[in-house]
Amino acid sequence: MELTSPGDFAKERVQAIQDWSVMAWRSITNLFRRPRYFGDIVQQADTIGVGSVPIIALTGVSIGGSLALNTASSLQQFGVTSMTGQLVAISMVTEIGPILTALLVAGRNGSGIASELGSMKVTEQIDAMRALGTDPFKKLVTPRVISSVVMVFFLTIISDLCGLVGGWMISRTMLGLNTNQYWTSTYQNLTFGEVVRGLVKPVVFGFVIGTVGCYYGLNTKGGTRGVGLATTQAVVTSSILILVIDFFLTRLLLVFWPT
Amino acid sequence: MASLSHPAVTAEPPGHGESAIRFEDVTITFEDRPVLDGVSFNLAGGETKIILGVAGAGKTTALKLALGLLKPDSGRIYVLGQEITGIPEEQLFSLRRKMGMVFQESALFDSLTVRENVAYRLHEDHDLDEDAIEQRVREALRFVELEHTLDMFPDELSGGMRRRVAIARAIVTQPAIVLYDSPTAGLDPVTSTTIIELLVKERDAFHTSSLMVTHRLQDAWVMATHVFDASQNRMLEAPPEARGSIRVSFLVLREGSVIFDGSALELAESADPYIREFIA
Ligand SMILES: Nc1ncnc2c1ncn2[C@@H]1O[C@H](COP(=O)(O)OP(=O)(O)O)[C@@H](O)[C@H]1O
Ligand SMILES: [Mg+2]
Repeated sequence: MELTSPGDFAKERVQAIQDWSVMAWRSITNLFRRPRYFGDIVQQADTIGVGSVPIIALTGVSIGGSLALNTASSLQQFGVTSMTGQLVAISMVTEIGPILTALLVAGRNGSGIASELGSMKVTEQIDAMRALGTDPFKKLVTPRVISSVVMVFFLTIISDLCGLVGGWMISRTMLGLNTNQYWTSTYQNLTFGEVVRGLVKPVVFGFVIGTVGCYYGLNTKGGTRGVGLATTQAVVTSSILILVIDFFLTRLLLVFWPT
Repeated sequence: MASLSHPAVTAEPPGHGESAIRFEDVTITFEDRPVLDGVSFNLAGGETKIILGVAGAGKTTALKLALGLLKPDSGRIYVLGQEITGIPEEQLFSLRRKMGMVFQESALFDSLTVRENVAYRLHEDHDLDEDAIEQRVREALRFVELEHTLDMFPDELSGGMRRRVAIARAIVTQPAIVLYDSPTAGLDPVTSTTIIELLVKERDAFHTSSLMVTHRLQDAWVMATHVFDASQNRMLEAPPEARGSIRVSFLVLREGSVIFDGSALELAESADPYIREFIA
């Protein structure tokens, strides 16, 4: 294997970030330029969104339930198990819902985007598209980025709600809390800041998943092996980015919308 | 032949003597390796230039440069008299309307039917209504004798059929220039002959200028010696006295450089040992 010098490695990274930024920027500006491919946006939204609902709902309910169990056992020491709903809600809405949804969508759809565009790249379909007068950024990238953003946003809301339902089911059946009490403590104690923080994150995460998936897909080289590699890299990179961005974004959002 | 004409999308083919594609000292480098190094040639209007060379010689790269899909590191490329190096992609789109390309592995969109593949360009252009598009798609598919595959998907077709659909997709707008990237690669000899016959038919019906990449010398000779007889709907060997009117030339690439550019006769008589071995 050829060794790359640290200088070349750094150059490659900088180039990659530059290429990715250009693509990310164009995916947004294309929205304001014709032709726009609404049909493709809807179709992508369908692939990304609808198919993900069952898994998002299932993990939401299950994590919400576990959260309720865990928080209740800690709260019991202080005799305030009635606060369970509130804590489940805060964790779900500000952190777990967005992260869980983003990681699931990165694994399920980020990889799908990278492999689909990657196989189009290695079979020269992207070149054919350009030869036939279509800008692949408009036709392929923008619809995928837009629908990733929109779908991660709505899937996060579904995940949050399912988490709350999971928490309620456990509180009701295993912790003996009454339904009314659970829901009241949930929505009365969720602040505006928490909700905003919880809803800005999925927009950013969706953008990361869409652009990173498209970036690796469109830069695929080396036949079918390259497609496999692009797929893995898309998932790994977007997952890491999501986790890193989550921390800094939380920090930043707390400045603007404190609890 | 005129069955495929439509004023809205027909590109005027360049007249004799005018240049369809011209490369001037074109160099392109991939990962520090010059893939084309100072390549110059001219494709005249109505001419077919056959590009020969071993795998990796840079043949595909040359075609992609001509379409503006790749940018040269240095040198100039002219298409239909217009310089394409350095003009933005948006402007290239209108020029590409006058060019068709048949990619090596066909590059059909596998999520679209044959009809949608062939109609793709017409839908992008937005200047024909659905009925007119349907009619033109059928004409193009009839030209390659695949009208019955309209509603099939590319993966339901054989390799030869996919190549023919790709040809239909490339010529549906009646481009002035057609680029063929190894149209017979990976096909059996019989299917290869039907593809070459289509190329001859296309050339003689529409008088397009074309670059045709191949590593099969046999295909090149057939193109240089046959004409299409529309009355019998097949290609025939041209009588020797008529061959002079078949405008086929040859370009041989070796390691990124042009080592031969001339007529079939000159190629056959070349003394270059590499070329002798290549055409043996
Ligand atoms: N996008 C690219 N990135 C890196 N190398 C490339 C790229 N395209 C082509 N090459 C290299 O350029 C050389 C010529 O490629 P190509 O034009 O496809 O050859 P041919 O069509 O004559 O077989 C090959 O060695 C190939 O690996
Ligand atoms: Mg090639």
